[in-house]
Amino acid sequence: MTESVDKQIYTVRLELRDRPGELRRALEPIATHGGNLRSVFHERGNRTPRGDIPVEVDVAASSEQLDAIVSALRADDITVIKAGTQRYTEELTAILFGQGLDTDLSETLSSIEASTAATVRDVTLAATEGAGGTASARIHLATEPDTTTETLATLREIASQRGLAVVEPLAAGEGS
Amino acid sequence: MRIAVVGAGAVGQAVVELAEPYGHTVTAVADSSAGVVDADGLDAEAVLDRKRTEGTVGPQTLDAVLDSEYDALVEATPTTVGDAQPAFEHVRTALGRDRDVVLANKGPVAQRYDDVRGMERDSDGAVRFEATVGGAIPVFSTIEDIGAENVTAVRGVLNGTANFILSRMTAEGVAYEHALAEAQDIGVAEADPTFDVDGTDAALKCAILANVLTDTTYTLDAVEMMGIRDIPASALELAQQGGSTIRLIGEVDESGVRVRPRLVDEHGTLAVSGTQNIVQVETTHAGRVNISGRGAGGHETATAIMSDLRQLEY
Repeated sequence: MTESVDKQIYTVRLELRDRPGELRRALEPIATHGGNLRSVFHERGNRTPRGDIPVEVDVAASSEQLDAIVSALRADDITVIKAGTQRYTEELTAILFGQGLDTDLSETLSSIEASTAATVRDVTLAATEGAGGTASARIHLATEPDTTTETLATLREIASQRGLAVVEPLAAGEGS
Repeated sequence: MRIAVVGAGAVGQAVVELAEPYGHTVTAVADSSAGVVDADGLDAEAVLDRKRTEGTVGPQTLDAVLDSEYDALVEATPTTVGDAQPAFEHVRTALGRDRDVVLANKGPVAQRYDDVRGMERDSDGAVRFEATVGGAIPVFSTIEDIGAENVTAVRGVLNGTANFILSRMTAEGVAYEHALAEAQDIGVAEADPTFDVDGTDAALKCAILANVLTDTTYTLDAVEMMGIRDIPASALELAQQGGSTIRLIGEVDESGVRVRPRLVDEHGTLAVSGTQNIVQVETTHAGRVNISGRGAGGHETATAIMSDLRQLEY
């Protein structure tokens, strides 16, 4: 399928109540208003402090369509945290490690999303030493263009506040 | 050239051994406690034998070695940080007598680069230090050939011990302590591995690179540094699952100087294994130049010293 040239890909972050049919209800307005659903990302097991489920949706739409979609979602009482104006184009992977990271992971991730322009795409935890021991997590972030350096600096800061260490990637194109 | 060698560890001994085949005459050698001088040229084998059997190079003193007649002083004592003594004083003495200096010791050019360059300006002697970074890898002659002004960044794996440990942790899934013990058993790591695993050694090398490449004077304190000793095996495993691996990378670029464990492509150029080192030089007009090789060892380091001596002969 080809998309008309004025369509861009927007990332919409939602918080859904934990009840049957919520995801379907949230996706409906996208099609209704001409948006084309590109991906739905749901980090398993991650909950907001209220117990809602964070879901991230990539939608191809024109900016008018996006406005209509967001209005419709809000009218349906669905929480829209963020409707990106720009497609996330830079991706980066980092590894965090430290004592007790396994028990602290969810809060650490929320803190990363709250303080940076990045979205956590994927997380893999390895806690081979058992609960509370030294654990590692590989996190895959999607971030807005030209914010990688800033994101990594914030990541370092968050990690150090939590007594964790970060293994950063080399900047794009380096080391290849 | 007539050379005086100060420091008779693995590097100093290899210099004594290789000097003759490279066309040089060793006229004086000093270790930490004594020295030996012969203006007509020392018998390398005899000096090395005496060092091995008696633990010392000869009956004379370090001062006698520093005062002797030579063309170039090879400084191969163990690297010290802080004010880089006593190596700095050896450099001062040689330059004060208008002699050339070849450093294997990183201290003077990492910690007191401006002072060393200042003394060099007032002297007819010159200072070279190819052996201080990357062992046998011709790092500084490459930068010299390209022109420091055409180099925008340098990064690489600059410590073989740390790289060996990370390689073993990746290949065998073993913990840091296990890989370190292995490294110590085969002589790749010292009994006190702090200098290597905490990143100090790589940071000193980065400071030297930054001193050569930038107008700012760096010392160890100005290098952002994180070592490898806390990295759990699980982190390497996760890296590998994602197609990457972890290497202790030193970096010098416009935004600063840092040594940190970094995620690099598992099959990329920087993912050298074992005690190998690699240096990547980013150039303005010619993209990236990669040079890899043995970053440590007596003969490897002595080879870099021989290349400095050859440059000084011209």
